[in-house]
Amino acid sequence: MSDITKQSLSELVKNIKNKKLSSTDVTKAFIERSEKSKELNAYITEDFTSALDKAKKFDQKPNLDLKLPGIPMAVKDLFCTKDVKTTAGSKILNNFIPTYESTVTENIWKEGAILLGKLNCDEFAMGSSNETSFFGNVQNPIDKDLVPGGSSGGSASAVAGQLTPITIGTDTGGSIRQPASFTGTVGLKPTYGSCSRYGIVAFASSLDQAGPMAQNVKDCALLQEVISTYDSKDSTSIDFKRNQYSKELTNNIKGKKIGIPKEYRVDGMPKEIEDLWQKGIQYVKDCGAETIDISLPHTSYALPTYYIVAPAEASSNLARYDGVKYGFRAKGENLIDMYEKTRSEGFGAEVQRRIMIGTYVLSSGYYDAYYLKAQKVRKLIKNDFDEVYKKVDAILTPSTPSSAFKIGEKTNDPVSMYLNDIFTVPVNLAGLPGISIPAGHDSKGYPLGLQIIGKAFDEQNILNIAFAMEEKINFKNKITDWWIK
Amino acid sequence: MSKKNSEYLINRKDNQYEVVIGLEVHAQVLSESKLFSTSATKFGAEPNTQVSLVDAAFPGMLPVINEFCVKQAIKTGIGLNAKINKRSVFDRKNYFYADLPQGYQISQFKDPIVGEGKVILDMPDGQKEVGIERLHLEQDAGKSIHDLDPQNTFVDLNRSGVALMEIVSKPDLRSPDEVSAYIKKLRSIMRYLGTCDGNMQEGSLRADVNVSVRVKGSKKFGTRCEIKNVNSIKFMQMAIEYEANRQVDLIEEGKSIDQETRLFDTKKNETRSMRSKEDAHDYRYFPDPDLLPLEVSDEFVKELKNNIPELPDDKKKRFIDEFKLSPYEATILVSDIDTAKYFEEVVAKMGKNKDMKLAVNWITGELFAILNNKNLEISQSPISAKNLAILVNLIKNGTISGKIAKTVFELMLDGDKDPQKIVEEKGLKQQSDPKALEALIDKIINDNREKAIEYKQGKEKLFGFFVGQAMKASGGKANPQLINEILKKKLQ
Repeated sequence: MSDITKQSLSELVKNIKNKKLSSTDVTKAFIERSEKSKELNAYITEDFTSALDKAKKFDQKPNLDLKLPGIPMAVKDLFCTKDVKTTAGSKILNNFIPTYESTVTENIWKEGAILLGKLNCDEFAMGSSNETSFFGNVQNPIDKDLVPGGSSGGSASAVAGQLTPITIGTDTGGSIRQPASFTGTVGLKPTYGSCSRYGIVAFASSLDQAGPMAQNVKDCALLQEVISTYDSKDSTSIDFKRNQYSKELTNNIKGKKIGIPKEYRVDGMPKEIEDLWQKGIQYVKDCGAETIDISLPHTSYALPTYYIVAPAEASSNLARYDGVKYGFRAKGENLIDMYEKTRSEGFGAEVQRRIMIGTYVLSSGYYDAYYLKAQKVRKLIKNDFDEVYKKVDAILTPSTPSSAFKIGEKTNDPVSMYLNDIFTVPVNLAGLPGISIPAGHDSKGYPLGLQIIGKAFDEQNILNIAFAMEEKINFKNKITDWWIK
Repeated sequence: MSKKNSEYLINRKDNQYEVVIGLEVHAQVLSESKLFSTSATKFGAEPNTQVSLVDAAFPGMLPVINEFCVKQAIKTGIGLNAKINKRSVFDRKNYFYADLPQGYQISQFKDPIVGEGKVILDMPDGQKEVGIERLHLEQDAGKSIHDLDPQNTFVDLNRSGVALMEIVSKPDLRSPDEVSAYIKKLRSIMRYLGTCDGNMQEGSLRADVNVSVRVKGSKKFGTRCEIKNVNSIKFMQMAIEYEANRQVDLIEEGKSIDQETRLFDTKKNETRSMRSKEDAHDYRYFPDPDLLPLEVSDEFVKELKNNIPELPDDKKKRFIDEFKLSPYEATILVSDIDTAKYFEEVVAKMGKNKDMKLAVNWITGELFAILNNKNLEISQSPISAKNLAILVNLIKNGTISGKIAKTVFELMLDGDKDPQKIVEEKGLKQQSDPKALEALIDKIINDNREKAIEYKQGKEKLFGFFVGQAMKASGGKANPQLINEILKKKLQ
């Protein structure tokens, strides 16, 4: 079967279960395509030899009752993987090999999947274009020299480019949904507390969530079903009744009330984004849902709030990378000198910028004006959502204010880069689930995404809405394999 | 310096200064595992053998609160008569140091688990109440070892993440003696509760000492200095004496006192500046996003309250009421839980016809002397409570005299021997047969007729002579009371 890598996860699972394909066939196919796709720079660490061994082992005694039987999968390099280098896209962890496995990846391997390798990402997940990675830019399979978005840029590129049938990313302010939108793929940011953070290199602890990235909604639902578990090793993990997301998936969304927030119509938003949104509104109506105009009045404060809360937490979370225990260490005259050199050489510019912002907003004399105020605004933003969810079941917005941009285009303008997250950030601040689905193309033929935001723990509902819309939209990603010679 | 009515004042020319002291005591929670990880906490283990991935702050590792440590903190709060906060918050205290793997210490800043409370000190001139400001839970750091290598510092993370209770007093203490009494009282309460072993040598109990001085009668506090990490009561007292005098000297010279952190050099007996307020750390405290606020229910606290053992103050009251001890005796016996346990076991073993006074005297006299001599804790006493009770009963029922008892006590030291057996084996039983004693006394009077006549004529001093002769003749075993009685009768 020459078109193995074109198959969706669900098809591959079906074919392996029906014994039409072996795990070895599938694993080989994705390894071959990955090897031909080096130019995308989607991988930081390849684990192909070991993957093939595992596939062979699986085929010798295949357990076909598993949800991901013998499915090869590459994952974002923010997940700690036992005995496989985990860098978080940073020089400071370039030599770090964990002795432990993150809960999310552990859940995936338990269901029969096989690690292909570790995917590129912005350094410590700080970025919206994958350009802050120590391991270089990632190419968007959509077009040459186009960013795949970030921070889960390698993951988005690998799924869109069919280097992996499915993957996982992490989303702190849009790091799953924005790259999904930029690459014409589906990305779900689950409710905060749905997926364990144990073993995920931390960026901003109160915002970080792992989630699936896939070619379609059904695959996304299946992976969410696997990765979302209660975990006593994460004190913020929540023990709620989780759905069988893929089994319960339905396109029947008749009578659902979908909110359309007026504050998401931001100044300077390209007309094609507005048009896409209107199309989306029509699609949900066509599916039998009802749209209601709503207001989320504190939306405009979300981005500044995020850029206080996230760096504050990050400045503290990244203090452990000090050259003392593991990772990169520069030589120094004394302890302080060693710290300064290690962290100056080990962290890239964007990470250093955020550490400085975070240190500043937590400093005595500034704490009340910045951090404390941001926490109060965060509460207001959450209250906005609580209020509208009395009237609606979900909210529909664009995923991003623009399509993918060129590599280097925004490198020197951090604020314009931060604006990428304007529609995704409020969801993290409120701890809600959000999904981005591909919904159309802009004039350049680049994909554009729509975001569906749900109530807390209501992943099933937004997956259902996404599933119904997906059918209507009938999006086709334009992948030309331009990078394959 | 004068100590009038145990008031501690520093005298200079025309001024008398009062010393104001507040303590931040760090008490290691008695717990098998650490505050946020399952690593062991045994003292003296090989370096870095009790370290989990969480303790060493590996990427992606998360803290999970140890419920047992929370219970220990609440129990201690109850013991301090303090308010238990149903909601408390863990914060991060951020600073860089090689033995602080996370780059921050998880502590409680704004919302501690225990609020205001008080402890009562028994001072020679009466009771003194000391206010407790708060008690909060926090992680200990690791240990930097600088003297193993000329170039490198070694780090031992065994202590990293161990649970500490920081107990902050109000600035209510006024002398080194009160500080000593306060530390001993805290230690006593926590040992009764089993929440801290109070072992200062092993660092389970140490304190930051805040000292300021002011002219006696002044209401305003002086500028304080904080003496960091003092780990014995003696050193605390020395540090306070030195620091208070240093501050008084500065004031007398018309100089000002800098608010600063100081270090006590135990070898030179002086405090030295560590860092001034200007280079004080900015710890950038903020709520730890890896941990939810800690919420405890009324039932949870109630359950702990119901299981609080009798604490020193209550026990003291009971000893006075029930055993008719003097407040002084009771204070001594309840000060340490093991002493109290020992005493209560002696009481229990003495049975119905017990002599409480005698028991107290033997414990605080002979037994304490031996323990002191041999540098032993009462829990290591060479004489068991049971055998001491038997000894006291032997005296009480007249089997042996107090004098013989001392001999028996000495013999008991060798392998905690049963005093009853010693008395039998060595034939030390007191002669209490009146007929035998009468015969013995008749013989002595007969042999010393002249002295007997002298006595009868008024030379009363000679009574002692006859007693001595009688005791000698009985080999020390005669019942002295009976001897007295019979002699008096016979010499009338």
